[in-house]
Amino acid sequence: MRLWTLTGAAIIAAGSATAGPVAPTDVAFGEYGSVSESLTGVPGDPEAGANVVKNKGIGNCIACHQVSALSDTPFQGEIGPPLDGVADRWSEAEIRGIVANAKKTYDGTMMPSYYKVEGYIRPGDAYTGKAAEEPLDPLLTAQQIEDVVAFLMTLSEE
Amino acid sequence: LAVPALVVADPDDDNLVINGEIEMTTKVEPADHLDGALPTVMSGWHFRADETQALQMDDFDNPGMIFVDQAMDAWQTAEGTEDKSCASCHEDPADSMKGVRATYPKWNEDAGEVRTLAMQINDCRENQMGAEPYKYDSGPMASMEALISVQSRGMPVDVAIDGPAQETWERGKEIYYTRYGQLELSCANCHEQNYGNMIRADHLSQGQINGFPVYRLKNARLNTAHGRFKGCVRDTRAETFAPGSDAFVALELYVASRGNGLSVEAPSVRN
Ligand code: HEC
Ligand code: HEC
Ligand code: HEC
Repeated sequence: MRLWTLTGAAIIAAGSATAGPVAPTDVAFGEYGSVSESLTGVPGDPEAGANVVKNKGIGNCIACHQVSALSDTPFQGEIGPPLDGVADRWSEAEIRGIVANAKKTYDGTMMPSYYKVEGYIRPGDAYTGKAAEEPLDPLLTAQQIEDVVAFLMTLSEE
Repeated sequence: LAVPALVVADPDDDNLVINGEIEMTTKVEPADHLDGALPTVMSGWHFRADETQALQMDDFDNPGMIFVDQAMDAWQTAEGTEDKSCASCHEDPADSMKGVRATYPKWNEDAGEVRTLAMQINDCRENQMGAEPYKYDSGPMASMEALISVQSRGMPVDVAIDGPAQETWERGKEIYYTRYGQLELSCANCHEQNYGNMIRADHLSQGQINGFPVYRLKNARLNTAHGRFKGCVRDTRAETFAPGSDAFVALELYVASRGNGLSVEAPSVRN
């Protein structure tokens, strides 16, 4: 986990020089869970997003999802649907909403909320098993969310 | 869930027979108190690779048996202010401990509490022998639990959940379905809704504890159920519970009851 904390801190520092990202508690979700505004105003980088999706120490999305475009990374999970063609099924705003907080789109889903900082039961300090005080750092930074959204938008089969 | 566990659950259909003679029940109809949560109750053995499975089929290959031997030495060693050993009171564990594992955790009337096997072992150490308790999830404790468990191998797990144990069982059930930590995951998310599915490199089982203590190839030692619970809660980015805590005792009773009918398998072998 140290890895994402470091990259996260660097990105926040860079971001704050400009406008500053939307705080996790200020994200405006639509009625069905979509988020139309970019969280940073800085376009996402699909390559960085791909890294977040496959890296165990960052998003680790492939713990649960298969992504053919990332087939160089072994051990892709089967908990959620494969993400191939996801850009054909959902708009950018919907995908941003799912990545930021999937529970606003799918009530009760097992998918973690990546841009949420409080309201947890027995929140821990990363994977140490020790207690942590809320608000926590979100699982992904605002820019990492934008990067993931940009990557997912490339997953079109049409 | 988008992927129904029923369709993709792919535990194998192998049969577990130990030393060519002890036939194990590794798939069983769920008990009524599961309320249909699982169509079939299955041992974690079915979810492991063939090579790992094979290690459990012969005691000469099962690395967990070394710890059973070590515990047999401890069983006969006098300790504490009373200068007594387990053997002083319980003689041969093959007789005195037969069937014991299958009913633990269980209500202890005198103490007015649900006791795990580990708690009972430490009660005897402290109050019968005047010896230091073992650390709850330590090596010596896991080994002693394995020695006692092995005397019940092949017998069906049969923990009682009613009467005075019911309150503890209810608490354990609540813990099982609570979504802890920053990942907001419950035991049920992984082990009820997704057994048979891969989560990254891991093939999810039903998280049964009929095989505990378990020898894990990953850390080359015996692991207690509470040690495993601790790891699973920690992996949800939660503040975990302590081995031996009331919460984990309750959870152990509940999880054990989900496996009622499966054979006691300890010491089982997992990766
Ligand atoms: C612990 C499991 C888990 C993790 C980790 C996870 N997801 Fe999901 N995801 C799911 C599940 C389950 C669904 C299906 C929603 C439902 O029905 O509950 C889903 C749905 C989705 C969908 C909608 C897919 C579709 O085709 O409709 C997208 C997009 C998505 N996830 C992206 C991600 C991204 C990006 C990450 C990492 C940053 C991620 N997921 C991490 C479990 C997970
Ligand atoms: C001085 C006598 C004494 C010694 C020494 C002793 N015990 Fe006990 N043990 C008892 C008594 C008495 C009981 C309670 C019997 C009962 O009520 O079923 C008991 C019960 C148990 C039980 C529960 C059996 C059941 O059916 O529920 C286990 C397990 C056990 N002892 C293990 C051990 C171990 C392991 C040791 C050594 C580390 C040990 N005992 C040492 C006297 C002793
Ligand atoms: C994020 C997913 C996840 C969650 C949540 C989770 N576990 Fe696990 N658990 C695993 C994985 C992966 C394994 C190793 C593979 C297997 O046996 O399922 C495992 C193994 C186990 C085992 C060992 C089974 C055996 O046969 O050796 C037990 C027992 C267990 N878990 C109980 C629990 C309990 C109780 C909870 C809730 C407190 C829990 N788990 C929560 C992922 C999880």
